[in-house]
Amino acid sequence: MASLEIQNLQISIGDKPIVKGLSLTIRSGEVHAIMGPNGTGKSTLAKAIAGHPDYTITGGDVLLDGKSVLEMETDERARAGLFLAFQYPSEIPGVTIANFLRAALQARLAEGEEIDASAYYKRLYAKMDLLKIDRKFTSRAVNDGFSGGEKKRCEILQMAMLEPKFALMDETDSGLDIDALRIVAEGVNAQRGSAISPGILLITHYQRLLDYIIPDHVHVMWDGRIVKSGDKSLALELEAKGYDWVKQEFAAASA
Amino acid sequence: MKLPSETLSPAADETVMENPTVGIDQTKGDFQYKVDYAFDAGTGLTEDTVRYISSVKKEAPWILEFRLNALKKFFSMPMPTHWATKDLENIDFQKIRYYLSQGQKPKRTWDEVPDDIKKTFERLGIPEQERKFLAGVEAQFDSEAAYSNIKDIVAKQGVIFVNSTEGLREHPELFRKFFGKVIPTGDNKFSALNSAVFSGGSFIYVPKGVKVTQPLQAYFRINAENFGQFERTLIIADEGAEVVYMEGCTAPKFSTSTLHSAVVELVALKGAKIQYITVQNWANNVFNLVTKRGIAHEDAEIKWIDCNIGSRLTMKYPGVVLKGERARGEVISIALANDGQHQDTGAKMIHAANNTTSNIVAKSISVGQGRSTYRGVVHIPKHLKGCKNNTECDALLINTNSRTDTYPAITVRGDQNATQHEASVSKVNEEMIFYMQQRGLTEGQAMSLAVNGFINDLARQFPMEYSVELKRLIDLEMEGSVG
Ligand SMILES: Nc1ncnc2c1ncn2[C@@H]1O[C@H](COP(=O)(O)OP(=O)(O)OP(=O)(O)O)[C@@H](O)[C@H]1O
Ligand SMILES: [Mg+2]
Repeated sequence: MASLEIQNLQISIGDKPIVKGLSLTIRSGEVHAIMGPNGTGKSTLAKAIAGHPDYTITGGDVLLDGKSVLEMETDERARAGLFLAFQYPSEIPGVTIANFLRAALQARLAEGEEIDASAYYKRLYAKMDLLKIDRKFTSRAVNDGFSGGEKKRCEILQMAMLEPKFALMDETDSGLDIDALRIVAEGVNAQRGSAISPGILLITHYQRLLDYIIPDHVHVMWDGRIVKSGDKSLALELEAKGYDWVKQEFAAASA
Repeated sequence: MKLPSETLSPAADETVMENPTVGIDQTKGDFQYKVDYAFDAGTGLTEDTVRYISSVKKEAPWILEFRLNALKKFFSMPMPTHWATKDLENIDFQKIRYYLSQGQKPKRTWDEVPDDIKKTFERLGIPEQERKFLAGVEAQFDSEAAYSNIKDIVAKQGVIFVNSTEGLREHPELFRKFFGKVIPTGDNKFSALNSAVFSGGSFIYVPKGVKVTQPLQAYFRINAENFGQFERTLIIADEGAEVVYMEGCTAPKFSTSTLHSAVVELVALKGAKIQYITVQNWANNVFNLVTKRGIAHEDAEIKWIDCNIGSRLTMKYPGVVLKGERARGEVISIALANDGQHQDTGAKMIHAANNTTSNIVAKSISVGQGRSTYRGVVHIPKHLKGCKNNTECDALLINTNSRTDTYPAITVRGDQNATQHEASVSKVNEEMIFYMQQRGLTEGQAMSLAVNGFINDLARQFPMEYSVELKRLIDLEMEGSVG
């Protein structure tokens, strides 16, 4: 069983602290949902764990299977099994999805090993079918001119192909229509049910995704910290009542 | 000056010119085997240098005359630094060696090529490529072709593919008829220099109606330090003929500068098609100052595909004179300027008949301190009608220090002609690289993928072998550019 341990993590942008001591442990197969108001540091957390150069880790640690990833380059972390489904995926003009994923998989092989092209395409098409992505997309440039929903689906396709140990999914549900939401959720659930069974950190604003991808834990993030944790019923409560009561509870507790 | 019978190995020159390029990976071409030269014009440029070259080639008097006139022109013309980079002033013409060879007659089989030279071409993979997909190969080593051969089946069709020395000797009427007509000696200072000291390069004639299905290839290798390579290429496609010519260039990494200054003239007679492909990968101390132009007659088509990687300074603006009705000209150029390099490239389209069309697509990539300049000339005079030009210049910047300049000069007179011009500048930003690295690609792999993506639509038009080669060169450059 793999584990991703976030230990009292503190993250700054420039001199400005954004994440102010956050701890969370995710194991294979678990889904942890993180909810919280805009600007509380959810994306910052995900990107910093992935190694984004804009963010400085000022304290704490992130351990993948007991080993700190903080000294590793972004690509080493990725190859070690960390995947980030971006809130705003980048466009890569001229680089087709097929070539991009192939390069990404090739990067995981030992020197001298080559990808078996026909097996690769077979697998790629199977995953695309599952996510109901038209096969024509293989020859389109990554995210270039994609609609918001297509971009998100493309993120999940990449996750399915790269089979990470842990996936940090940043608002994968935003931009998806109702059908797409269900398809994407099914895609994620298929991975959960497979032998790979990744641990998932699911950042979302809405309960409706959690109807499809049932979380084991729900955390509320506010001002760079987790201020409340619970099971899936917490998400329903937030949906009904908003965040104010959590903030008040937290203020009272820390006063 | 050395007598033709002596043998001397190249001596190292003490002078080191300033060049900020270090640490860029040029592994493929960066090696050197020691070679003994039988012919050496010594260092520096005088009339005697020109006479020496002409005499070892046993040239006809008119050629010597032509050369000496060109030399005068060269000395009298100023460096074009009023518009071009001042870096040109760092070329010291008196410190360059103008002619080095083991002999003037190329071998027809690789077995006959002397070992010290053969090793180099084998390492560059030339004999292997020849077997695989080429109709003919000429391999030039410093001043002369060491090897030159054309497949029997192509030769039987009457196709001539020899070096310029042999061309002048064996096909003097044909050669003289077109030589220096597309690019006059005094076109620019470097075409004058080339006209004075030219050696090597290809002479190709494709007879009427003959379509050469596989490419002819020339490979230009600079081996000696402080050397100047001045090949002269003339390609004539007779009526309805078709030919694809491909050139590759490499040199080892020297600490002092090397000069490469070629002149390439193409003549496409009525209905002929010439495609000229360059994939150059010069080391970072090469001044690469090349003049390339073609004349397209009625219904003819000339297409330049020009990929410039490496060199300290490249100045090259392939052109087409659209001389006959419905002639078509095209320049597709890709330039990659890495740290310490300046790619000053572009295209010229001179419309001189009705209903002629031209297309220019130029893509430049600037990395680190690298600098790219695009210069274009499109000329459509007022009395013509039905002419069309399309110009597209795209620049990709990788990191904020890179510099790109665009100088398109489009003169279109009259209202019966159409031009279209588009330019774009884009950046490989940190987010894009992060995104790709997050999928497991190293920074170098991510950058090279981004660059390959940028030129993808052009590279797709190349013959497979060359697009693979181009991709590999870009990978090497980008891997080397990551700190
Ligand atoms: N590169 C950056 N430079 C400056 N400030 C930044 C940068 N990235 C994030 N921030 C700031 O850090 C704070 C946290 O941003 P973050 O994107 O992590 O929030 P979030 O919780 O993901 O919000 P949302 O729910 O809107 O996606 C915000 O105030 C944001 O403006
Ligand atoms: Mg966010």
